[in-house]
Amino acid sequence: MPTVSYVAFDGTETIVTGFAGDSVMETAVRNGVPGIVAECGGSLSCATCHVFLCADSAGLFPPKLDLEDDMLDGTAVDREDNSRLSCQLKLSDDVSVHVQTPETQV
Amino acid sequence: MGDTTEAPRLGTLIIGNCQAGVQLASTLRELGDTDPITLVGEEPHAPYQRPPLSKAFLKGEATADSLAFRTHDFYREHSIELVPRERIFRIIRNADGGVATAESGRTFAFARLALTTGAVPRTIPFEGSELEGVSYLRTATEATVLEQQLREARNVVVVGGGFIGLEVAAGARSAGKNVTVLEAAPRLVGRAVSEQTSEFYLQAHRRRGIRVVLNAQVVRFVGEHDRVTGVELGSRDEEGPGEIVAADVVLIGVGVVPRTELAVQLGLEVENGIVVDSRALASDGLTVAAGDCANMPNPSIGDFGAGRIRLESVQNAVEQAKVAAATLLGLPAEHRTVPWFWSDQADLKLQIAGLSGGHDRVVLRGDPDTEKFSVLYYRSGRLIAADCINSPLDFMAVKNALHKGLSAPADVASDTTVPLKKLFAAVEAADAGRAEPSPVPVVLPAVPVPIPAGSPAA
Repeated sequence: MPTVSYVAFDGTETIVTGFAGDSVMETAVRNGVPGIVAECGGSLSCATCHVFLCADSAGLFPPKLDLEDDMLDGTAVDREDNSRLSCQLKLSDDVSVHVQTPETQV
Repeated sequence: MGDTTEAPRLGTLIIGNCQAGVQLASTLRELGDTDPITLVGEEPHAPYQRPPLSKAFLKGEATADSLAFRTHDFYREHSIELVPRERIFRIIRNADGGVATAESGRTFAFARLALTTGAVPRTIPFEGSELEGVSYLRTATEATVLEQQLREARNVVVVGGGFIGLEVAAGARSAGKNVTVLEAAPRLVGRAVSEQTSEFYLQAHRRRGIRVVLNAQVVRFVGEHDRVTGVELGSRDEEGPGEIVAADVVLIGVGVVPRTELAVQLGLEVENGIVVDSRALASDGLTVAAGDCANMPNPSIGDFGAGRIRLESVQNAVEQAKVAAATLLGLPAEHRTVPWFWSDQADLKLQIAGLSGGHDRVVLRGDPDTEKFSVLYYRSGRLIAADCINSPLDFMAVKNALHKGLSAPADVASDTTVPLKKLFAAVEAADAGRAEPSPVPVVLPAVPVPIPAGSPAA
């Protein structure tokens, strides 16, 4: 089973065991991980599931599509090179993912 | 927690296990509330997202389980008692709390009460409504039936050209069905968007092969062997019978009505929803209400408190529920935001930022024929809202600008070679350079704020 480590802005780490096929966003929201809002439920409409994908996890996901890239321009905390919308990060079996969540999403 | 010798503590009862209800419960815990929380609702499922019901769900790509907001572990770990399949029909309360009774006879005692009762589809008693194949769409149970019916259908008729209807129509068309949309008004999505946006959707859906009939008058549904076979329309020339549009499936999507029965019974003020203040507090000063069922002071930053409004959207449900949770705990909070909505129809992504009610000018940014453009709404020279079609950059820029109270001159904003984000940044820099505080508060014209259809969250 995949695991995701979410490190909040204040350094607090939450580790959640997820399911292959679920997104990093869904895994966070279903388990009440703070720091990810995801108002639109994963339909690429709100940019409130912004995460910074740690270098060791960068190769676990396909590159972002144009729509995600555009939406990242409107995140509450300015994007960085490793910014992703976590609704687009689908977990595969047995991966170990590390992300940091921004100070705010809205 | 607490002294175990005491009688069981009473906590918060939240009626309506939906988006707003789950958020309210979660926020109570985040704010440190340790009293019992009970989330009760009549649906058989754990609370789930509704927007996908008119989209992914009908393609067979989602289930009530896959759309669940939270895991069962979450509810257990946060001591939130989830009670499905219970319909509350009676509440007795006073300032210290009360008791709610379900139709099953089960009772729920509470110290604090929250109503997140949502809305139900507006029904129209057309002759033939009882025929198999005629349906409304609000719940996962209804979506499950509709998904099966759509799979086998050739001819699909949608009554109502609002967001839900058009989303279902677009999905059915993508799946190769013959699709007809019957709209009683002269344009599509008339409650929520400008004429320009309506006209765009009319053309875009026709391009994709959907038949759209405007000013349509549905006379009745016709059928054979208790199954629907068609929709009879009113005669156009007042002579002879009207057309019968063939239909294996008829979906009626003509808006929703807020559920206020319990509020009425409690003696709360009700008018197009449960009347609440900006803290989500109802007229008794005790009960809170949030989401589609609540009629509130305009929450828009920039027009805050100007008129009353009821919004049907995920964002409103979430943000108002957070405020309601704080209010229940006696913490200061105010529902003040930039309302936003979305609708995905086939490959057309609509994102709306702000409320366009009372606009006096509409500015087109981009060419609708490219299916990538925005409609910017101005009032008294200030930007108040935008409909953005396949233009997420415009949407994000406008949403952020409205949060900051920024506007941009209409003639410049229509220039697609200048990103709106840059334009607003320039305006912000110029504002910061001035000594006088800016912008000047907007004075609203004496126009009632119309109620947007909201998002497909409906």
